[in-house]
Amino acid sequence: MAKLKDLEDYREEIEQCVKCGACRAHCPVFSAERREGRVARGKIALSQAVLEGEIDFEAKVMEDLSQCLLCGSCCAGCPNKVPTEEIVAAARRRIAEEKGLSTFGKGVAAVIGRPKLMNALAKTGGKLSSLLFKKLPDNSGLRLRFPAPYLESGRTLPPFTDKPFRENCPDRIEGEPGKPTIAFFTGCGINYMYPAVGEAFLKALKFLGITVVIPKDQVCCGLPAVSAGAGKTVEALADQNYAALTREPVDYILTACASCNAGLVKVYGDMEGECSALGPKTRDIFVFLLEQGLAERLAELPRAAERTTVTYHDPCHLRTQGITQEPRDVLKALPQVEYVEMENAGSCCGLGGTYSVYHYDNSKKIGAKKAGNIESSGAELVATDCPGCIMQLQDSINHAGGKQRAVHILELLNEALPG
Amino acid sequence: MIEARIIRILSDIVGKENVTTQKADLLCYSYDATQLRFLPDVVVHPLTAEEISLIMKMANAEKIPVFPRGAGSGFTGGSLPVTGGIVLATERMNRIIEIDSENLVATVEPGVVTEQFQQAVEKLGLFYPPDPASLKFSTLGGNVAECAGGPRCVKYGVTKDFIIGLQIVTPQGDIITTGGPTMKGVVGYDLTKLICGSEGTLGIITRIIIKLLPLPEAKQTMLVMFDSIDGAAQSVSAIIGNKIIPTTLEFMDGRTIDCVRQATDLQVPEAARAVLIIEVDGDREFLEKQVQKITDIIQPLGVVETRVAKTPAESEALWQIRRSVSASLRKVNPDKFNEDICVPRSKVPEMIRKVDAISEKYGIPIVNFGHAGDGNIHVNVMIDKKVPGEAEKAEKAIEEVFKGALALGGTMSGEHGVGIAKAPYIPLEITEKASDYMKAIKKALDPNNILNPGKIFLD
Ligand SMILES: Cc1cc2nc3c(=O)[nH]c(=O)nc-3n(C[C@H](O)[C@H](O)[C@H](O)COP(=O)(O)OP(=O)(O)OC[C@H]3O[C@@H](n4cnc5c(N)ncnc54)[C@H](O)[C@@H]3O)c2cc1C
Ligand code: SF4
Ligand code: SF4
Repeated sequence: MAKLKDLEDYREEIEQCVKCGACRAHCPVFSAERREGRVARGKIALSQAVLEGEIDFEAKVMEDLSQCLLCGSCCAGCPNKVPTEEIVAAARRRIAEEKGLSTFGKGVAAVIGRPKLMNALAKTGGKLSSLLFKKLPDNSGLRLRFPAPYLESGRTLPPFTDKPFRENCPDRIEGEPGKPTIAFFTGCGINYMYPAVGEAFLKALKFLGITVVIPKDQVCCGLPAVSAGAGKTVEALADQNYAALTREPVDYILTACASCNAGLVKVYGDMEGECSALGPKTRDIFVFLLEQGLAERLAELPRAAERTTVTYHDPCHLRTQGITQEPRDVLKALPQVEYVEMENAGSCCGLGGTYSVYHYDNSKKIGAKKAGNIESSGAELVATDCPGCIMQLQDSINHAGGKQRAVHILELLNEALPG
Repeated sequence: MIEARIIRILSDIVGKENVTTQKADLLCYSYDATQLRFLPDVVVHPLTAEEISLIMKMANAEKIPVFPRGAGSGFTGGSLPVTGGIVLATERMNRIIEIDSENLVATVEPGVVTEQFQQAVEKLGLFYPPDPASLKFSTLGGNVAECAGGPRCVKYGVTKDFIIGLQIVTPQGDIITTGGPTMKGVVGYDLTKLICGSEGTLGIITRIIIKLLPLPEAKQTMLVMFDSIDGAAQSVSAIIGNKIIPTTLEFMDGRTIDCVRQATDLQVPEAARAVLIIEVDGDREFLEKQVQKITDIIQPLGVVETRVAKTPAESEALWQIRRSVSASLRKVNPDKFNEDICVPRSKVPEMIRKVDAISEKYGIPIVNFGHAGDGNIHVNVMIDKKVPGEAEKAEKAIEEVFKGALALGGTMSGEHGVGIAKAPYIPLEITEKASDYMKAIKKALDPNNILNPGKIFLD
C-alpha cells in the first residue's frame, strides 16, 4: 500500500529553513498579496508552530496554508531547498484528518476505488454544464479542480469533451522493432478536455516508430487530491496507477502533462510503497522525443516561409524539476514556428491544483501578470506542456482581452509532422 | 496583551484589514534572518506617512514600542519586536513614485524591493548600483536603515552614497523631509546620512530620494585562482594602484574553496588557495583592454589559473562557484554564524591568518569570503549547535575575531548592522564618550524610547 509522509516526517526539512526570506522573491502568491503568511517562510513557521503544539489549525493558519499553489517555486529558489510545497501538502492532510475534508474538497475520499464510473462519463455532446460536471468520475482530479464554486465564478469554462481520449484510443500501437516501448500516462486533462493532444502524442510516437501502450485502467495521478489534502485518495490512486502501469513491461512511462509528471516522479517518488518505482521510469514527452532524435528528424523538414510566433510558458511542475530546455528546443525545431522568449516565462500561471478554485482573485492577479508578459512578447501563440496551464493561460488571456491562443506543444508538433 | 482600545485606534488609522492580532500573523512577523523570535502584540500594515505619524503619536501617548520592518531579511535582528508591541510592516508601501531620467533621480516608497527598483531604472538605461546579496527580496527601506552594501560597492559606494533625500516620520510622530532631489545641499545638518544606517531607531523612512547613474554598456567577468591569499590581496592593491577600479573584487579563501570542492563537482584545482572574482564594467571596447591589463598586473602574483568569461552564460558559470558557497558550507556543518567584519584593504591577509589561528585554537572550522576590494570579510563560524559546547565556543571565537579586526583598525560590521546580535560587543568598538553622544541623539529624538527599542545599544 502506498503511503504518504506525515507532517511529522518533515521536521528536519522544516528546521532547514533559516528564515532568510529569499522565497519572497519567488512565491507567486506572495507577489499577489504581500503578507508574510502567504510566503513559504511564513507557511513553514506556521507548520513548525503546529508541530510544536504552539498553535492549532485555527482559521488564519488554515487560510494561509490554503494560500499555496504547491508550485515549488520557493523550493527551487531556496538556498536550503526546503520543500515547502510538500510541507504544505502534508499540513493540509493533517488538517483534513483533524477537521474533515470539507475545507479543501468535500466528499472526495469517500468515493475512491470506483473506476467503473470512469466509463460512465456522460456523452452530452461536449456541451459543458454543471450536469455534465456531475457525471465526471468521482475519482477524477478534475472533480477537485472544478467543484461548484468554479462553475459559478464566470470564468472561461474548461473545454470538456464528450469523447474522452482513452475511450476511443487503441490499447496498444505497435512500433518498429528495436525501438522502446512506452506506456502513455494520459492524465485527466488530456483525457477529458484535450483529446486532440492525446492524438498528437500518438502521432509523434508513431513518427519515431515507438511502441505505445495505453493502460485503460489508469486513473488520475492524484495531484489535485494532494492539493486538497485528500491523502487517502492520493494513496489509493497511486496504488491503482502502479497496477495499471506495470501490467505490461515497458521501458518508459511518458507524460504530456507537467502535473502528472510531478505526480509520478515527485509525489509517488516520495511515498512509501511500490508506486515509488514509477518515478524513475517516468519521462516528460519532450525529453523523450529529443532523446529519440526528434530534433534531427524535424531538421529534415522544409522550413515554412510564413511562421507563427510562439512563446513558451514553463509549467512549475517541470521547471522545478529542471526541465526547461527540452520543450523550448522542440518548439525551436518546428519548421512553422518562430520562437520568441517572453519575460518571466518561468513564473506560475496561477492555477495550482485546487488553488484557483478557492482563491480565484489571487489566481487572476497571478494570471494577469502572465497575460501581460505574453502580450508584450508579441507572440501569437503561447505553447506549454500542461493542460492545466493551457486552461489557466487561456482564461488569463481572455480576461486581459488578449488575442493569443494557448496550445500544447504537441498540437504544433502535430501540424508539422507529415500525414 | 494589548488592550482592545488600542487595536480600535490602530484600526481607525490604517483600516481594520491592516491590523492583526491573530496568533498566526504574530508568528509570521516574529522572526528575521537571525532565526531569533519575539512575538509582537499586533502587526500593522500602514500605507502612508500620515498613517504612520498617527501611529507614532498614539504609541508615544500610550508608551507602546513600535518596530519598523521591511522584508525581515536582516542578519542582526533589527526588525525584531524584542519587547513586544507593534510591528510596523512596510509591505504595502511599495510604489516607485517617480523616475526622473532628466535629472537622474528617483523617488520611492520604503517597501519597494531592491531588485524591482533596479530593473525599473535599468529599463530606462539608468543604474542603481548597491547590490546586497539579498536584493531580490530585501526592501529599499531596510537597505537604507542598514546602509546595505554589496560586491559592486568597491567601485560605486554603499547605499548611503546614493540616498540624497528622505521623508521620515520622527519617533514622536512628525513628518519631516531631509535633503532633497538636488546633487548638492548643505543647509542644516545632514540628517539623510544620520538616518542611513540608523537601523530604524531614529525615524521611520517613508520616502527615499535616490541618485542614479547611467547604466554601463557592458561588463566582463574573470575568475582568478591564486596559490595564496597574499597573492590575491596584493593583486587587489596592485589593480587599484594601477588606477583600475573594478566593479567587484570578490574573494574566497582556501578553506572556502575546500568546502566548494568537497560539496560540488565544480572544477577547482588543488593548488588554488584563494580565488578572486573580478568584474569590470563600462564601454564595451574599453573592457577587453582592462581585462588584459588586469591579467598582466596580477600574473606575477602567484596566479594558478585565470578564466575570462566571453558570454553572459560563461560569466554566470564563474559566479556559480561563488554562489555555491552557502550551500557547500552547510554540507560541512549545519549551523553557521555569519559575521561581516571590515578591515583596511591591505590588512586582509593578516586578518585571514588571525581567523585561521582562532579557528585552530577553538577547533571549529571558520571560512572566509567576501568583498576584497572593501576589506569586507564574511567570517563564517561553522558549528553543529546540537553538539554541546559548540555554540559557546563559537561565541568566544567570534569575540576574538571582532577584537582582531579592531586591532587592525577595522570594524565589527561592514554591512549587516548591530541590531541585537552585535549590541553586546559595541563597547569593544565605540568609546564610551562616542556611545554617549549617539545615545544623547536617540534620547533627544525619542525620549520615550518608543521607536525600535533594545537595538544597537544595550540599555
Ligand atoms: C541571504 C542574505 C544575504 C544578505 N546579503 C547582504 C549583503 O550582501 N549586504 C548587506 O548589506 N546585507 C545583506 N543581508 C542583510 C539584509 O538583507 C540587509 O540588511 C537588508 O538591508 C535588510 O532589508 P529588509 O527589508 O529585510 O529589512 P528588515 O530586516 O526588515 O529590517 C532591517 C532594519 O531596517 C529597519 N527598517 C526597515 N524598514 C524601515 C523603514 N521603512 N524605516 C526605518 N527603518 C526600517 C528595521 O527596523 C531593521 O532595523 C543579507 C541577508 C540575507 C538573508
Ligand atoms: S528561502 Fe528557504 S530557507 Fe529561506 S526563508 Fe524561504 S524557505 Fe526558508
Ligand atoms: S509552493 Fe509556490 S505558492 Fe506555495 S509557498 Fe512555495 S512558491 Fe509560494
